[in-house]
Amino acid sequence: MLVELGHFALILALCVAVVQSIVPLIGAQRRDAAWMAVAAPAAIAQFLLIAFSFGVLTWAFVASDFSLKVVVENSHTLKPMLYKVSGVWGNHEGSLLLWVLILSLYGACAVWFGDALPPQLRARVLSVQAMVAVAFLLFMLLTSNPFLRLEIPPLNGQDMNPLLQDPGLAFHPPFLYLGYVGLSMSFSFAVAALIEGRVDAAWARWVRPWTLVSWVFLTIGIAMGSWWAYYELGWGGFWFWDPVENASFMPWLIAGALLHSATVVERRETLKSWTILLAILAFGFSLIGTFIVRSGVITSVHAFANDPDRGKFILAILAVFMGGALTLFAARASAMESKGVFALVSRESALVANNLLLAVAAFVVFVGTIWPLVAELFFNRKLSVGQPFFDAAFSPFMVGLATLLPFGAMLPWKRGDAARTLRPLWPLALLSIACGALVWSMQTGRSALGPVGVILALWVIGGAWLDLFARTGRGPLAQRLSRLTRLPRADWGKATAHAGVGVTIFAVAAMLSWKTEDIRVLQKGESFPLGPYTITLQDVRDVAGPNYTSTMADMLVTKDGATVALLNPEKRFYTIARMPTTEAAIDFGLWRDLYLVIGDPQDNGGWAVRSYIEPFANWLWAGALIMALGGLLSLSDRRYRVAAGARRTPQGVPAE
Amino acid sequence: MKRLILAAAFAAATAPAFAVQPSEMLADPALEARARDLSKELRCPVCQNENIDDSDAQIAKTLREVIRARLVAGDTNEQVMAFVTDRFGEFVLLKPATSGWNLLLWAAGPLMLLGGVAVAVTTFRRKGHGDVSLSSEDEARLAELLKD
Repeated sequence: MLVELGHFALILALCVAVVQSIVPLIGAQRRDAAWMAVAAPAAIAQFLLIAFSFGVLTWAFVASDFSLKVVVENSHTLKPMLYKVSGVWGNHEGSLLLWVLILSLYGACAVWFGDALPPQLRARVLSVQAMVAVAFLLFMLLTSNPFLRLEIPPLNGQDMNPLLQDPGLAFHPPFLYLGYVGLSMSFSFAVAALIEGRVDAAWARWVRPWTLVSWVFLTIGIAMGSWWAYYELGWGGFWFWDPVENASFMPWLIAGALLHSATVVERRETLKSWTILLAILAFGFSLIGTFIVRSGVITSVHAFANDPDRGKFILAILAVFMGGALTLFAARASAMESKGVFALVSRESALVANNLLLAVAAFVVFVGTIWPLVAELFFNRKLSVGQPFFDAAFSPFMVGLATLLPFGAMLPWKRGDAARTLRPLWPLALLSIACGALVWSMQTGRSALGPVGVILALWVIGGAWLDLFARTGRGPLAQRLSRLTRLPRADWGKATAHAGVGVTIFAVAAMLSWKTEDIRVLQKGESFPLGPYTITLQDVRDVAGPNYTSTMADMLVTKDGATVALLNPEKRFYTIARMPTTEAAIDFGLWRDLYLVIGDPQDNGGWAVRSYIEPFANWLWAGALIMALGGLLSLSDRRYRVAAGARRTPQGVPAE
Repeated sequence: MKRLILAAAFAAATAPAFAVQPSEMLADPALEARARDLSKELRCPVCQNENIDDSDAQIAKTLREVIRARLVAGDTNEQVMAFVTDRFGEFVLLKPATSGWNLLLWAAGPLMLLGGVAVAVTTFRRKGHGDVSLSSEDEARLAELLKD
């Protein structure tokens, strides 16, 4: 009964969304307040209905209702409670429900926090948002309904893929979706602005927080996924340039560009049409990502959602929204004339360079991801595009971006003087290069990646703080330091996020170039040296878990005779899902992670053992978190909290 | 979600983790290092997106043994790669060859950057700098205001 109610609520939400997408739009066109007023209650009703529906599905998982097909296929009574809940979105149908839940949540937020929005803009935004909801609710109800019952319910379920039964992965999808789907808000604002024919500073001030929120969530979501890959897949890799990873990375890059260009619109009222285009593309890449992941076209045979009907449906959604928005853009973009003019050497130009590099980087990832498909369709070549390609083709743009960053961030708006901006940066540049050279001389016979990473990281991090300090103006040091605390949060956010970029660059370079690896066969009781450590395989024993059995090793790590850690790498076998997994044991540290993996028993009675020293591994995720923190700081800036909707002109006559 | 599918894919394709086995490794560290480098550029033919160094599939193991045998026999890196691609096709190359239409793939980024710079510069030139005449939108609004 409850399940049917959940199903019904979803259908009702679709009806509400249909109304919400049509009535306010017409109302806004006719300036009919009553018609426009439909949008707000509709958005909230839509959210509540979908939330109810989501609650029902969650309850079905928690209570192990095996009359539901998705529950049978993705759960089991013995599964720990956390994974019963995360099982709701650990499958195609349920994850789609989470998708629309978040979509409607953003719509509802636009109502709750959007009081100050001009009513026409708000009506149009909510209407476009509802159009997206209609498409996805239809997609779910027609091709991927989570509320389908089985005629004969089995006694127990088939359990969930054990690799997904992991805390890191339990919360990875919600974060990723909050990011992905949040970009629909930027999209809705862009389309609403195109319909309205007007983009101004107030518009940018509205769009930027939504983009920031999405970008922050995407950053955290991607970092979580990467962290999970690092400790769960068992060889210490953190990024594989897999199509599904690229699917989340492309919107992140574009959202990053959009954040910066929206600043230009906000401060200088220029780059308007480019910003609109980025907002459309950011959501476009979200949809492309959804297509890549759920159609199975590119990820080949193994993805579980490889139903061709689903792929076609998403492609149709993509075509309608991107086609529609880009057509509108082509028709209306010329109306977005910019006000602010700027010189070739200026903050605006620097941000154009930032946008260009980020957009090109996203484009490279996109081309690399779809190239196997293109090559097969058009040139009849079956080929692969993998990590070595992306490393070579993508990295140069990031190096360029990091090189320009500190300089561009300190250039004044409108018109700058390169020599003057560079003056405080020269010592930093020399220091960075000197440190890089030092690292180069210390490491013998390794790649240049490490030293280059050090140089760029110091340059970017140092530049971020120099920039912040420069904002305190002139005067004695003590005075400037006290002024530092009173700087707007946006300035702190900018410096923090940029420093996070530097930390991430350093960690990536360090992990790729200074990793220590050892692979060997070890008898029980034997030891071996790994860097400064001695590792002893004390014992290997069998342990029973709730829904798995485990072969667990006791490995003692010592350094100069003192115990560093006792680690227990495991090989697990999930008995219901009938799948083995490897659980690496990691001793996390500030400077390095010790990463141990136990492998197969050997013929001579020994065990295969893999061990790594991963230098600065935690810095990678710390870097991502610092970036996200920067985003949050910027989001809490005063100008977003007060009078966000105060347009400079009394809402007069938009050019329609 | 991306990860879920990735995980499903990994799980379906292989048992996770164990890749290069200790027994496969060559005694000569220089040759072994070359073998590892080559392994990272070769895709496991039956896996989703794994190189043969990381893969647990039988075919990946065979390929690891084959490239080590070729290296021991004195092949250069290029000869080993040619040996493998002759038998498995360019599908196994994780770094696509820079030939034919693939040039487009490799040139995509630089070309777009050049294009972008060209567009930015022409827009900048056309807009001019210091031109502060009213935009047509503003003129329309001004006309509208004056009408009232």
